[in-house]
Amino acid sequence: METKSRTFLMVPYYLWMVLFVVAPIALVGYYSFFDIQGNFTLANYQNFFSGTYLSLTLSSFWYAFLITVFTLLIAYPTAYWITKTKQKQLWLLLIIIPSWINLLLKTYAFIGIFGMNGSINNVLTFLGLERQQILYTDFSFIFVSVYIFIPFMILPIFNALDKLNPGLVDASNDLGASQWVTFRKVIWPLTVGGVKAGIQATFIPALSLFMITRLIAGNKVITLGTAIEQQFLVTQNWGMGSTIAVFLIVFMVIIMILTGDREKGGNQRGNY
Amino acid sequence: MKSLVQTIIVLLVAVAILFYVNTQLNESSSSASSDTITVFNWGEYIDPELVDRFEQETGIRVIYETFDSNEAMLTKIQQGGTRYDVAMPSEYMIEKMKEEELLIPIDQSKLPNLQNIDPYFLDLPFDPGNQYSIPYFWGTVGIAFNPTLLDGQTFESWNDLWSPELKQEVILVDGAREVMGMGLNTLGYSLNSTDETELRAATDRLKEMGPNVKAIIGDEIVETMRRGEAAIALVWSGQAADIMYVNEDIDYSVPEEGSNLWFDNMIIPKTAGNVEGAHKFINFMLDAEVAAQNADYVGYSTPNSAAIELMDPEVTGDTRFYPTEEMRERLEVYQNLGPEKLGLYNELFLEFKMSMNQN
Amino acid sequence: MGTTSKLAKLYLALVFIILYAPIFYLIFYSFNSAGNMSNFEGFTWEHYAAVFEDTRLLSIVVNTIIVALLSALISTAIGVLGAVGIVYITNKRLRQSLLSLNNVLIVSPDVIIGASFLILFTMIGVKLGFASVLISHIAFSVPIVVIMVLPKLQEMSSTLVDAARDLGASRRDVFTRVIVPYIRPGIFAGFFLALTYSLDDFAVTFFVTGNGFATLSVEIYSMARAGITLTINALSGLLFIVTLILVLGYYFVANRAKTPFQAGVPK
Repeated sequence: METKSRTFLMVPYYLWMVLFVVAPIALVGYYSFFDIQGNFTLANYQNFFSGTYLSLTLSSFWYAFLITVFTLLIAYPTAYWITKTKQKQLWLLLIIIPSWINLLLKTYAFIGIFGMNGSINNVLTFLGLERQQILYTDFSFIFVSVYIFIPFMILPIFNALDKLNPGLVDASNDLGASQWVTFRKVIWPLTVGGVKAGIQATFIPALSLFMITRLIAGNKVITLGTAIEQQFLVTQNWGMGSTIAVFLIVFMVIIMILTGDREKGGNQRGNY
Repeated sequence: MKSLVQTIIVLLVAVAILFYVNTQLNESSSSASSDTITVFNWGEYIDPELVDRFEQETGIRVIYETFDSNEAMLTKIQQGGTRYDVAMPSEYMIEKMKEEELLIPIDQSKLPNLQNIDPYFLDLPFDPGNQYSIPYFWGTVGIAFNPTLLDGQTFESWNDLWSPELKQEVILVDGAREVMGMGLNTLGYSLNSTDETELRAATDRLKEMGPNVKAIIGDEIVETMRRGEAAIALVWSGQAADIMYVNEDIDYSVPEEGSNLWFDNMIIPKTAGNVEGAHKFINFMLDAEVAAQNADYVGYSTPNSAAIELMDPEVTGDTRFYPTEEMRERLEVYQNLGPEKLGLYNELFLEFKMSMNQN
Repeated sequence: MGTTSKLAKLYLALVFIILYAPIFYLIFYSFNSAGNMSNFEGFTWEHYAAVFEDTRLLSIVVNTIIVALLSALISTAIGVLGAVGIVYITNKRLRQSLLSLNNVLIVSPDVIIGASFLILFTMIGVKLGFASVLISHIAFSVPIVVIMVLPKLQEMSSTLVDAARDLGASRRDVFTRVIVPYIRPGIFAGFFLALTYSLDDFAVTFFVTGNGFATLSVEIYSMARAGITLTINALSGLLFIVTLILVLGYYFVANRAKTPFQAGVPK
């Protein structure tokens, strides 16, 4: 009997979904079957499985994997220790605020920091060490990417940790479990949902990073996102761009299934 | 719920105030005239003072927007939901826009200042009779280098960039036509080549350069070179001028094998809303004094011979930026190769970029 | 715990230093009289004065904030209604597929979103400018709000709603007096994230803007051609300080008024 009013309230949401999710996916799928002249073709898919794009996909996955791992390694302890502070909401806010400063500007700051005559190299020479090439290396690329994703990884993990009943940890400690065992057997399993959400928020965007591949990595790292951007904006081969996008969407679905929650008896605590 | 409603009201009031502030800002910045034109140009490609002057002289309000590539500009104009009145694309894009019928013919009788333009830059193959386009700036592609970071090496030939001493020293501009063009020129081919074997040979040649390449970047090249981050860069002449404006150590040369000669031109897109105002703006930019001031500010080479007379002869006599007609002979203008061949250029350029990660 | 907390403090300090390093770097050079970001010559306020003289830039900042606030507000409304609807769908499969569709935009690359929206606007005939930018920002913020609100809804026991209904509350009352207060932390979190995404977005706006309408990120991008002027540094310094004051001010005022930023948080 309540369905009617609920459906009515959901009209804007459904409208949004049809217009901005279903329609764009359909368009991308549709365009992927057309070549640059506007003729129907399967050549884009054939082309994707040729050498260049396949190795591009592999290297893109490898970098996204590294970025996700490092982001997680840094974000988890941060989130954990923030929940232990007195003003945890405040500290969480302070984690988010840097992401409000324009990313492009922060990237320029990193160029200045990492540059040959930049801050880090000045410190190195001050210490009597030799200048290092930092900008335009894999290191700088991964560092800046991790920097970008840290807040998005911390947020869901923080939420999961925050919901954790401290009584469970106390109980585990009281029963003589070491801190490590408590972490492994109690804390981690109960927060793994947050971790999965964080991985989703990091891994797939990492596959499609684009501006910083040029600005920070000097195009020595090419991601699927860079390739799509090039196809859409430079080559104007929307068909090939859409084809890469289709694969990205497929990867995304796979990753969402892998990290998604398999409904456990309807009540899905801690999972997004 | 109450506090939520309060928050919403506070936010809406804030938005309303901001709207008001914005209209105030827009009114103070220009005369409240209903006559406006929208100019769509490359970033930092006009002296903003001249825009103000145009507004004062004609009473036409100028809305100014920038793009970062010819392709991005084309996409916006193709979309149809825009009303740009004047835009400044490069020559190969004008050819393409002409084909797609995106341009409005220019009424030269409304441009008395057109006589200021050096005839060399008029009636070019990409737009015979200047039916659709009027020259704005022009230049070349070449090598900017910092002799203080290199022991006196000069760059007369593209092949110098392959020298084994230059490990991790060269920055390339992120453009398929420019980089592939360099590869083609090195081998003595035309930079408009559409022959697949020639293009593949050029790609292989480029791959050999891999260890010397520090990065392939866009407009940041200017800042990077100014800071002395790298010693050598493949750039457009205007970028070189920008770099040299700040860092006087830098030199620029166009290699002897040949290179690209390019022209940026003013056009009126089909979606224009104020064709009359657009003509006034174009004519204003062609004025000798205006063009001279603009060239001083932007640092690119002006095709306006009346303006050149007003400019510092030291600048206009510099053959690195104002090459003589004889020097221009070895340069080629990009042709519109069509989407398929352009796709091949991009594909091979991507292959070259990918090869860099392996070394 | 003594040693751990010292280690913890050191670790957190390090993370915060890294997070704020580029911002302080920008602010530091905004006082540089040399006018670049490499050699600090001397102290000057001139770049800050330049911000207030540049009405075009100020107008762009105002545009950016208007778009961010409006899009965050509207997408929060749509998202909250959507999330409430999703939770009460009994068909498991339908719910799962709705959720998956919901997540598509979050994980899609900006370039795809921007390009597909551009195609969409072309087909519908939407003029590029303020409206197209606002609609796009709403569109990519909705799923984030849903994601932030959903866990709170799932956490809420259904007996709470049942009890309210049994006590004679109307459906409207249940929504405004039971559900919304309970999920308020999620709503705020969603709103703030929507704000973040909007302020941060470059790629989507770049595709769908036109006719002279620009947001800060698009403007900064187009300035990059000749190198960023320190006016921009000064501007981001100002914006940073203002947001910091607003957010911290809000936090402390809300805390003092005993209606904490996040309700339901003990201590």
